[in-house]
Amino acid sequence: MSMKANTRQVDSVTVIDVSGRITLGEGCAQLRQLIRDHLSKGNKNILVNLGDVSYIDSSGIGELVSAYTAVSNQGGQLKLLNLTKKVHDLLQITKLYTVFDVRDDEAEAIGSFAKQAGA
Amino acid sequence: MAAEPSVVEVTLESDLKNVEVADELSRRVTTRAGFDEEDRQRIEMAVHESLINAIWHGNKNDASKRVWLKYEIFDDRLEVRVRDQGNGFDPTNIPNPLAEENLLNISGRGIFLIRSFMDDFRVEKLAGGGTEVTMIKRYVSKSKST
Ligand SMILES: Nc1ncnc2c1ncn2[C@@H]1O[C@H](COP(=O)(O)OP(=O)(O)OP(=O)(O)O)[C@@H](O)[C@H]1O
Ligand SMILES: [Mg+2]
Repeated sequence: MSMKANTRQVDSVTVIDVSGRITLGEGCAQLRQLIRDHLSKGNKNILVNLGDVSYIDSSGIGELVSAYTAVSNQGGQLKLLNLTKKVHDLLQITKLYTVFDVRDDEAEAIGSFAKQAGA
Repeated sequence: MAAEPSVVEVTLESDLKNVEVADELSRRVTTRAGFDEEDRQRIEMAVHESLINAIWHGNKNDASKRVWLKYEIFDDRLEVRVRDQGNGFDPTNIPNPLAEENLLNISGRGIFLIRSFMDDFRVEKLAGGGTEVTMIKRYVSKSKST
């Protein structure tokens, strides 16, 4: 029912595969802790795969924004991968689609980090 | 002419665990009412946001306080009411989450989403105390055919 998250390291990028519900309470708290842990380990290139997320509410949106800000403040980058139509529409109407770097191809997304890091 | 609405009504303790109960109820009611999948998801989310607001902002998470959730299925629309025991708020006085300076705010999108997803949204302060939010969703296909 609630949120699940798996982390993989691909090159210099930490990929977090999230599934389930990112909603007020446990889902949000889990995501926040995860981002915090990675930042404290110095993992600042973070790609959040939302492909299997069934539901995000306003708190979940807030959590993604908060993660984005936290990573940016540390000089890192947080990008989103594989939005479902539902999540895509939510980000669109809240105007966040233009704030986040949204990708739909993982390899390409990974490459986009490397390029910027090496520049 | 106007038939009596079909009514589903529940009383919930102010506990965020009940939000998932309400989500499930919204799915059942909107399915029964015959909305398509996209509208079902929108209504579910609107009720979800309103319920969290009622528990959180209205009842201040006080478990001794109640939230009343009522669905009425009419011929041409669904009306949902969420009532809490709080002091209410002025929905015209809420910062616009789409404003440049608010875009990266962590909160403040719930009412905006409700307004986007429903056809009508009203807030009323009740005479006997408490606040009632009313949300209305019309059937697109039915409302066009007379
Ligand atoms: N039932 C309520 N009782 C009292 N105040 C409310 C109620 N619902 C909303 N409000 C007020 O309206 C404001 C805006 O609500 P809205 O749902 O848009 O944002 P939020 O709850 O602060 O954050 P978010 O929903 O994005 O997590 C709230 O911060 C609160 O001050
Ligand atoms: Mg809210």
